[in-house]
Amino acid sequence: MKSFAGPALFLDRSDINTDEIIPAKYLTEITKQDLRPYILEDLKLPGFDPKGEKTSSARVIVSRANFGCGSSREHAPWVFEVNDINVVIAESFARIFRQNMFNCGMAAIELPKEGLDLLFGYAGCEDAAIAVDIEAQKITANGGGKQHVLSFEISPFDKALVLAGGWVDYADSKY
Amino acid sequence: MGMTIAEKIFTSHLVDEPFAGTRVLKLDVVMCHEITTPIAIDDLMARGKDRVFDPGKIKAVIDHVTPSKDSKTATQAKILRDWARRHAIPDFFDIGANGVCHALFPEKGYIRPGYTVIMGDSHTCTHGAFGAFAAGVGTTDLEVGILKGVCAFREPKTIRINLNGTLPKGVYAKDVILHVIGTLTVNGATDRVMEFRGPVIDAMTMESRMTLCNMAIEAGGTSGICMPDGVTVDYLWPFIEKEYASREAALAAFKKWWSDDDAVYDRVVDIDVSALEPAVTFGYKPDQVKVIGEIAGTPVDQVYLGSCTNGRLEDLRVAAAILKGKKIAPSVRAILSPATPKIYRDALNEGLIAVFMEAGFCVTNPTCGACLGMSNGVLAEGEVCASTTNRNFMGRMGKGGMVHLMSPATSAATAIEGKIADPRKYL
Ligand code: SF4
Repeated sequence: MKSFAGPALFLDRSDINTDEIIPAKYLTEITKQDLRPYILEDLKLPGFDPKGEKTSSARVIVSRANFGCGSSREHAPWVFEVNDINVVIAESFARIFRQNMFNCGMAAIELPKEGLDLLFGYAGCEDAAIAVDIEAQKITANGGGKQHVLSFEISPFDKALVLAGGWVDYADSKY
Repeated sequence: MGMTIAEKIFTSHLVDEPFAGTRVLKLDVVMCHEITTPIAIDDLMARGKDRVFDPGKIKAVIDHVTPSKDSKTATQAKILRDWARRHAIPDFFDIGANGVCHALFPEKGYIRPGYTVIMGDSHTCTHGAFGAFAAGVGTTDLEVGILKGVCAFREPKTIRINLNGTLPKGVYAKDVILHVIGTLTVNGATDRVMEFRGPVIDAMTMESRMTLCNMAIEAGGTSGICMPDGVTVDYLWPFIEKEYASREAALAAFKKWWSDDDAVYDRVVDIDVSALEPAVTFGYKPDQVKVIGEIAGTPVDQVYLGSCTNGRLEDLRVAAAILKGKKIAPSVRAILSPATPKIYRDALNEGLIAVFMEAGFCVTNPTCGACLGMSNGVLAEGEVCASTTNRNFMGRMGKGGMVHLMSPATSAATAIEGKIADPRKYL
């Protein structure tokens, strides 16, 4: 199973689309590793720097509603994966992006708005870190001397995909 | 309790229900293009599983960047081409025969009512126009589809969209779907099938139904879907005439897929189209929609007519009727990409291509072209495009560019005036 813990990157906007996560011009790359430098390159968010230290140290992304909408490109989860970000927490996801995450053995975790507001309360902390325990279905947020623990829902199928390491291995062993 | 068309398709294709709410379905068609498939092919090779579940059920095309523009895109095309040859995939379309996937594959008669269809492309929902469950997926789902012929979905909740009334002059399927997306918002249909019903659909051509279903994903929808009727039978007849004794027999067979009268819907939306006006998007999200009067006069630098949304013959006819005998404004450049070679040839034979060229359009080969800013037609920073495509995301057609989505008629009127214009005055 992949790791789902570490410094958090807060992207405080809804409808972040996959063109913003990885622009179409990089879809000509043949290996996932080649995508690495282009993470969130076209994201429109005041004050956000895709090349900044916050982006490169991030291991968890926290965002708002309808994350990952638009193009079906799995390059979006991959550009996170090769930057060691295996989990996105948001209020809701676009279906294809969400499925792509779980299909790669990564996690797209939905929280109601109140839970997200609580996590965004850590956005100002320099040391904000989040750990997601998939099996126990718990999120632990730390930073600025505070700590919160939140529980979340995940479908049994999505959980099985994370535990199996993704859909190819799961499907291959079953069908 | 009755079932919706999507529930009937799910029930008839069920392979497994590993957990409550998750259905693994058998696939009838797996479609591939050169942007999202090569990594799946590479991964299958790395796993020592370079196989396909059924070459006859796989359809493949090079369409996004064609002819290749550099060595990277040439490599992507080569990976797909070599793979199609290696597995003797009969329905593979290369330069000379290739066109935009969601226009080309329906035209070949590959999609039938009741089918399950996936592709590593979000606008796969287009094919629901034939009464199929057709969903865009990522590369991993595609990879498993290629290898095993199955795909997992959540149970299909459906939003029924009743389109009543009659379309006014100058208002087309594109205007209707922009209005629907504006109503539902960009995630109003997430994890939902959008079932289009009513007299407006009954009166629509298959081309218009495809335009409508094409943009279901822009409201977050898994698939758009229409009931397969006499119009569907007529469109498919050349491909199915050996399978059915008569058109009536085909229609009777198709009707078994229709949603039951007592089917349960997640939501029902009623829209009377009689008062609709031409619609144009204004922001970077497809649900940011204005009626033409609110946005007319906005200057544009480029007009793009094409794509899986509106690059079909009926779209070209509508635009050519407006452009006939006219010139595009000196301040704009205009590009037409007919979506398939057949559309291109038919447009040539009908004299439409001449109309576009005389008006000052550049006509490209069938390809996705400017739609996703990967090959030709890219905008410069700060430039504006009036486009018949389906996405206006920031950067979609080039970094710093702005895209206004609209119908072919509105784009033609806009080309003439050099600023967003009401097509109704040219009709
Ligand atoms: S025309 Fe545009 S939206 Fe359609 S398949 Fe091509 S890139 Fe995608």
